[in-house]
Amino acid sequence: MLEPSFLVGQALSGLTAAMFLFIVAAGLSLVFGVLRVLNFAHGSFYMLGAYLAWQVTQWLGVVTGSFWLSALGAAAGVAILGGAIERCLLRHLYGKEDLYQLLLTYALVLILGDAARILWGTQQLAMPRPAGLTGSFELAGAVVPYYNFFIIVLGPLIAGGCWLLLSRTGVGRMIRAAAYDREMLAALGADTGRLYTLMFMAGSFLAGLGGALVTPVRSIVPGMDVEIIVEAFIVVVIGGLGSFWGTFLGAIIFGQVLAFGILILPGFSIFAVFALMAIVLIARPAGLLGRPLA
Amino acid sequence: MTGLRRVPWAPVVWLALLCVPWLGSRFYTFLATEIAIFALFAVSLNLLLGYTGLVSFGHAAYFGVGAYACAILMKTHGVPFPLAFAAAGVAAAAFALVFGFFCVRSTKIYFAMLTLAFAQIVWAICFKWNSVTGGEQGFSNVPYPDLGWMSGLPLLGALRTADQYFLLVMALTGACFVVLRRIAGSPFGRMLTAIRENPERAEFVGLNVRLYQMVAFAIAGGFAGLAGALFGIFNRGVFPDFAYWSKSAEVLIMAILGGMGSFWGPAVGAAALTLLNHQITAVTQYWPLVLGVVLVVLLFAFPGGIVGALSAARARLGARPHA
Repeated sequence: MLEPSFLVGQALSGLTAAMFLFIVAAGLSLVFGVLRVLNFAHGSFYMLGAYLAWQVTQWLGVVTGSFWLSALGAAAGVAILGGAIERCLLRHLYGKEDLYQLLLTYALVLILGDAARILWGTQQLAMPRPAGLTGSFELAGAVVPYYNFFIIVLGPLIAGGCWLLLSRTGVGRMIRAAAYDREMLAALGADTGRLYTLMFMAGSFLAGLGGALVTPVRSIVPGMDVEIIVEAFIVVVIGGLGSFWGTFLGAIIFGQVLAFGILILPGFSIFAVFALMAIVLIARPAGLLGRPLA
Repeated sequence: MTGLRRVPWAPVVWLALLCVPWLGSRFYTFLATEIAIFALFAVSLNLLLGYTGLVSFGHAAYFGVGAYACAILMKTHGVPFPLAFAAAGVAAAAFALVFGFFCVRSTKIYFAMLTLAFAQIVWAICFKWNSVTGGEQGFSNVPYPDLGWMSGLPLLGALRTADQYFLLVMALTGACFVVLRRIAGSPFGRMLTAIRENPERAEFVGLNVRLYQMVAFAIAGGFAGLAGALFGIFNRGVFPDFAYWSKSAEVLIMAILGGMGSFWGPAVGAAALTLLNHQITAVTQYWPLVLGVVLVVLLFAFPGGIVGALSAARARLGARPHA
C-alpha cells in the first residue's frame, strides 16, 4: 500500500489543496491584520468567484484564453463587490464592538449564499480545465495533472508577490504600519479609510481568485462557502491569524494532514486536521507563527 | 406603567400558553410547541451571549447532539424518555465541555472561529456516521414518549398525543427556564457578567475566568441539548441540519432580535422569528436571505433587539410624560 508512487501522489494532491487554501486564507488573514475584522463572508466571496468565473465563461463562449479572462474577471468582480460592502456597510461599524462587525459579515454569508442560489440555482456546475493544461504527466510513478502542477507553482508565486508588495513598496509599508498601530498611522496623516477599502478589496480579490481557480477541479455547489471558510479558519488558527507566512505554513500542514490522514482514518481525514488544530491550540494558542492578540 | 411592570409576565404568559391545546387547532399547538422549544434554545445561548459575553457561532452543535442522543437512545436502545432526555442534556454538556475547553483558551475572534469550526465537525459526524445517525437520510420515526399516564388525568385524557406532548414540553421547558433564571441570578451568574464587562479585572479579583467561561459554555450546551431532545421528538426525526451552521445562525439571530440584554429577550425573539418563519416560508424558500436582512437591519437600527427597543421607548415615555 505504501508504495512511493502513492506517497508522492498524496503529497502532491495535498500540496495542490494547500495552495488553493492558501490563496483564500491569505486574503482572510491580510484583511484581519489591517482591519481587525474577521470576515465570515470571505468564504462567500470564494463561492461568488467560482460562480462568476462560470458565468463569464458562458458569456465569452469559445475564445482563446477564456478561462484566464473569466478567472481574472471573476476576481475583479468580487473585489468590486467587496469594496462596495466595505464602503456602504462595514465602514459604519468600525469603532463599535467586535461583535457587530462579526455579525454583519455573518449576515452577508446568509444573504450571499441565497443570492447565489437565486442567480445560479442549486445544481452542480462544472468548468473544463483551461486549454493547454488539460493533460497530465508522471512523477515517480504518480500521475500529476498539469493543472495541479500549475497551482502548486502559482501558490508560492502569489505568496512571494504579496511578500514583496508588503516588504518592498510604499503601499506595503502603509499596510504594515496599519497592522501595527492604525491610530498612529492616521495621526501621521495617512488616508486610512482608503487603505481599508483597498485592503478589503485585495482580500476579496484573493478569495474570488481562489474560487475561480478551483472550478476546474471541484464542482461549483451551494455550501462551498461554508466549507472553505471553516477550512480557512483552521488554517489561520494553525498558522496564526494575521501572520502572512503563518498562513502559508498552516495551509501546507493542513493539506498534508488531510492527504495522509486517510491512512489513519479513511473517510474521516478531516478529523485528523481537527486533532492537529486542537494540539496547536494547547501548545501555542496564538498559532505557530502568530503573535498573541491584544 | 408601573402597574404593568409589577405583573409577573413570565408565569402569566406560561399559563396562557398552557391553554393552547383547548383552542382545538393542530396548527396552534404545533406552533406553540416549536416556540417553547426554540425559546429554551435561544435563552440557553444567551447565557453565553448576553451574560458571559461569548459569541458562539456554533450553538446548534449541542442542539444536534442532544437531539441525536435522545432519539437514538429511545429508538435504537428502547430507553424510556425521562432517562433519554436527561442523557441528552448530559451528552450535549459533555461535548460542550470538551469543545469549550479549546474555545475559551483564546480571544473573542478565535472563539468565534472555533465555535463555528467545532460545530461543523459535529455536523460532519452526524452526516457521515451512517450506522448510528442514519447519515444524510437522518434518523426518522423517533417515538413519542409514553404519555399514557396523562390519559388517566382529568381534562387531559381527551387530548391528542401532539397536545399532550405540548404540555410535556411546556412543563420541561418551564422547569429549564426556572433553573436557567436561578443560574443567571446566582453569584455564579453575577461572576459571568463581571467577566463579560471586564475579563482582566475579573482575573485580578482572583476569578478563574477560563474555568467560569468553560462551565458557562457547558451549561449553555447542556440546555441546548435538552431543547434539541424535545425538538427531535416533536419533529419525529433528527437530521444533520439540526447541527448545521444555519441553525446556529437562526438561534443567534433569535437572541439578538429579542434582545440579549434581558433574560426573556431571546425567548421573545424565538417567538417572533418562528412566527416570521411560518409566514415567510409560505411565500419563498429563501429563508436565510430574510434572516440575513433581518440581522443587518437589527445591527444598524435596533442593536438592543425588540426588548431593548421597548424598554428604550418606555424610558423615553417615562422621562417626558406628555410626549
